Amino acid sequence: MNAFKDAGHLFRLAGVFLAGILLFLVIREFLVPKSFGEYGHYRGAALAEIAARPLHYAGHDTCETCHADVLEKKKDGKHAHVNCETCHGALANHADDPASVTPQKLDTAVLCVRCHEANAAKPRGFPQVVSADHSNGLACDTCHQPHSPAITAGGAK
Amino acid sequence: MNLTRRHMLLLLPAAGAAWKYVLAGTPEAAPNYKLSEHWWGMLIDLTKCIGCGSCVRACQTENDVPEGYFRTWVERYHVTDYDIENPQVDSPDGGKKGFPPAKDPSGKNFFVPKLCNHCADSPCTQVCPVGATFISPDGVVLVDKTYCLGCRYCVQACPYGCRFINPTTNTAEKCTLCYHRIRKGLTTACCENCPTGARQLADLKNPSDPIHEFLKTHSVQVLKPYMATHAKVFYNGLDGSVR
Repeated sequence: MNAFKDAGHLFRLAGVFLAGILLFLVIREFLVPKSFGEYGHYRGAALAEIAARPLHYAGHDTCETCHADVLEKKKDGKHAHVNCETCHGALANHADDPASVTPQKLDTAVLCVRCHEANAAKPRGFPQVVSADHSNGLACDTCHQPHSPAITAGGAK
Repeated sequence: MNLTRRHMLLLLPAAGAAWKYVLAGTPEAAPNYKLSEHWWGMLIDLTKCIGCGSCVRACQTENDVPEGYFRTWVERYHVTDYDIENPQVDSPDGGKKGFPPAKDPSGKNFFVPKLCNHCADSPCTQVCPVGATFISPDGVVLVDKTYCLGCRYCVQACPYGCRFINPTTNTAEKCTLCYHRIRKGLTTACCENCPTGARQLADLKNPSDPIHEFLKTHSVQVLKPYMATHAKVFYNGLDGSVR
């Protein structure tokens, strides 16, 4: 019997521990976001937040809904698989509001050499020119129509 | 009823739990996109890369990448002869404005676009002390910038050098595989703007994705396979000199 006469100490100690654990749980409830652990050891809501970023490039499917005429020009040419925004730049704004946001006219002298300036590291089969020798300073679109660049018998069309 | 201190103590956890649900609100639903049905990667056909830098420019525009930092970039390799251990590599401004003529047109010259490899066993997510970077259920390595401390462990851990600290937010940043685009059914900005189709987004869980046919019929390699990261960016025509 005497062995348990001071058992009150133990109960008080257990109470302190219990209060500590409760306090930890309460603080944890506040600090850990609700979606933490939804998919793994991270905040699940972050997925939706990252996915909600705005677009800058509309994508060629969007372009083609309106510009079927250009698609028709491109389809048999060498540039059939070059998407619109590769040359015309990011135009999601234009797709959202075609009336007020209009794309700028492009300078072929800058644009074409990005891909077609000769470089030893480019694949052998890729059409390349030394621009200084090739056109004698003429703009590329004097002879080549960018949407379908091959020079046909009747000249550029 | 007389509320004592003891009663208050007992009520606190319940109140805490309730308040958290009030704060969280309702999560945004993503219709038609099931995380479990996708496993994203990329295919890079080096035999088609012309080093034009369209991917680099597109990435910087789409993701507002700060000037002088890159989520994707293009390297040019030059290997003279048998010495593939010591290639000469240059990447002026990440290849964003294309490349000047090769110094030595002899030997092997070729371009290698690089980006996050979205490893299935990624070293960068394993070292994050706070769970700010993770592999999403659809196989994309992402950074939760509201959780990131900017401790740089992940920057050091990435064997491919694909991460950096954003100088304005001071948090880790990297390629998200245009997560905001692929969730909407679009391709990434770099793939959308690659004029030769050298870069192709690949959904490895989609049986009708052309990646499967390509992988079965070509000699394809990942970067640093000895790191056992199970990288999901596959390179066709990768030279042994590429680091």
